[in-house]
Amino acid sequence: MKFKSVFDIMGPVMIGPSSSHTAGAARIGRAARNLFGREPKWAEIHLYGSFARTYKGHGTDVAIVGGLLDYDTHDTRIREALETAKQNGIKIRFHEEDSHTDHPNTARIRIGDDDGDLELVGISIGGGMAEITELNGFELRLSGGHPAVLLIHNDRYGAIASVTSILARHEINIGHMEVSRKQEGQQALMVIEVDQNIDESILKELERADHILQVAKIVD
Amino acid sequence: MFRNVAELVEMAESEGIQISEVMIRQEMEVKERTREEVFGQMERNLDVMEKAVEDGLKGVKSHSGLTGGDAVLIQEYMKNHEPLSGTILLDAVSKAVATNEVNAAMGTICATPTAGSAGCVPGTLFAVKNKLNPTREQMVRYLFTSGAFGFVVANNASISGAAGGCQAEVGSAAGMAAAAIVEMAGGTPSQSAEAMAITLKNMLGLVCDPVAGLVEVPCVKRNAMGASNAVTAADMALAGVTSRIPCDEVIDAMYKIGQTMPVALRETAQGGLAATPTGRELEAKVYGISLKKE
Repeated sequence: MKFKSVFDIMGPVMIGPSSSHTAGAARIGRAARNLFGREPKWAEIHLYGSFARTYKGHGTDVAIVGGLLDYDTHDTRIREALETAKQNGIKIRFHEEDSHTDHPNTARIRIGDDDGDLELVGISIGGGMAEITELNGFELRLSGGHPAVLLIHNDRYGAIASVTSILARHEINIGHMEVSRKQEGQQALMVIEVDQNIDESILKELERADHILQVAKIVD
Repeated sequence: MFRNVAELVEMAESEGIQISEVMIRQEMEVKERTREEVFGQMERNLDVMEKAVEDGLKGVKSHSGLTGGDAVLIQEYMKNHEPLSGTILLDAVSKAVATNEVNAAMGTICATPTAGSAGCVPGTLFAVKNKLNPTREQMVRYLFTSGAFGFVVANNASISGAAGGCQAEVGSAAGMAAAAIVEMAGGTPSQSAEAMAITLKNMLGLVCDPVAGLVEVPCVKRNAMGASNAVTAADMALAGVTSRIPCDEVIDAMYKIGQTMPVALRETAQGGLAATPTGRELEAKVYGISLKKE
C-alpha cells in the first residue's frame, strides 16, 4: 500500500495553493538541501511537464527555493523564499523544459558551492508526497517522508555488510534498502530508509566504514 | 490493516467501536506511536483548519485575482436572509469556500486529502458543529473518520486530479466528509460507508479542468458543491437510505473512470472550463501571454 499513515491523507499542513505543485515541490527542494547538508551558493532548477507549464501560478519556484532554504511545507517564510535567497547571495536560475518525462510533475535540481555540488531529480506524486528518483546520476526511489541515510561507496564486497553491521550495533532498524550502480566495480549508491533519525556520531562512524566515500542523510 | 471499506466497517462493528477509533488504533500500531502523539498531531491539523476558515471569512484575494471574497459574500447573505438551502448547508458551503480561498491566496491550510480539495472536510465540520455541539475530541475524531475513508480511496484508487480527475480529489474529499458527518451525528459505521458511497456516486466523472492550471477556477466552487453534496448524503444515510452499489465498488468505478478520462481533462489545463474562450482569456491575463499557442 502506497499510503500507510492517516497523515498522508489528512495533511500535510502547508502553504497553498497546490499539494502537488507547492508542498511536494518544497519537499523536493528540502530533500536536496538535506542531502547537500548546507545552504548552497547556487542552484540550477529545471522544471518539466505540468511543473514547467504552471510553476509561476502555483508558486512551485518559490516552494522549491523555500525547500533549499530548509523550510518545511507549512513554513510561512516560503512566500518570501526568492527574496531571502537573493539576500543570502544564492544565485538561482530556472529552466522551463519541453522534453517529456515519465511523471508530469518533475524537477531536476543542481545545487552547489565552492566545496561541491549535487544533482537530483524529484517527482511530486500527489497529496504533498514527493519521491527522489535520481541522485548524482544514480537511479533510486526515495520518499522524502522517512528518515534515510544515503551512502556513496566503492562497488566492492563487504561494503553493505560494513554499513549494516554499524546500524545493527546501534539498534537501528532498516525499513527499506536499495543499492544501485552506474557500472560494475565503480561507484555505487546505497539508500537506507530507517525508522528514526540517525545521530551525527553514527554518520561519522559510517563515513569511516570500509569502502564508504560519502554519507548524507534525510531527516523526517 | 484494513484494505477496503468493507473491512473497515467490519472491524468497527465487530468490536463495537467507531470508524475513527479503528483509524487511531491502526496509526498507533503502524507508526509505533502513542495515542497522545497521534491524537495531538491531528488536533494540530484541526487548529490549522479552524484558522484557515477564520481567515477566509475575513476575506482574502489570490495573487492571480481569480478568486477570493465569496465566503464573505455568502456569510453576509446569511445574516440578512433565511437561505433557501438551509443554514447548515450554506454555512458549510461558505466555510469550504473560505478554506479554498485561503489556499489560493497561498495561506496555510491542511491538505484533506489534497490542497485543491481542502475545503470539504473542514467546511462541513465547522458547520455541523453548530448543530451537533461536539467536544473537541469528537472534532478530532471527525478528521480520523475522514482520513480512514480517504486512506481506502488513496490506496485502491487515487486522490490526485492529475491521475483521476476532480472526482478523485473533491469527490473523495466530499465522500470522506459525508462519512465523518454521519459518525458525529451518531450514525453507525455502515451508515458512514453508505454516505460515502452516495456522495462519491454523484461526483463520478467530474473532470479536473482548472483555468490557467491554477487551483482556483473552478476548484473553489467545486469544494462548495462537494460540501453540500456531503451534508445531503449524510442526511440520506442517517435516514436509512442505502446505496445499491456498495462503497468499495463505487470507489473502484471512480478509479476506472479516472483511467479512461482523457489527459486533457486531468489537471493539464487543456480541456473543459480551462479551454473555454473566457478560460483562455483569464489564462492569458494571469501569465501575461497565453501559454499554449496551438
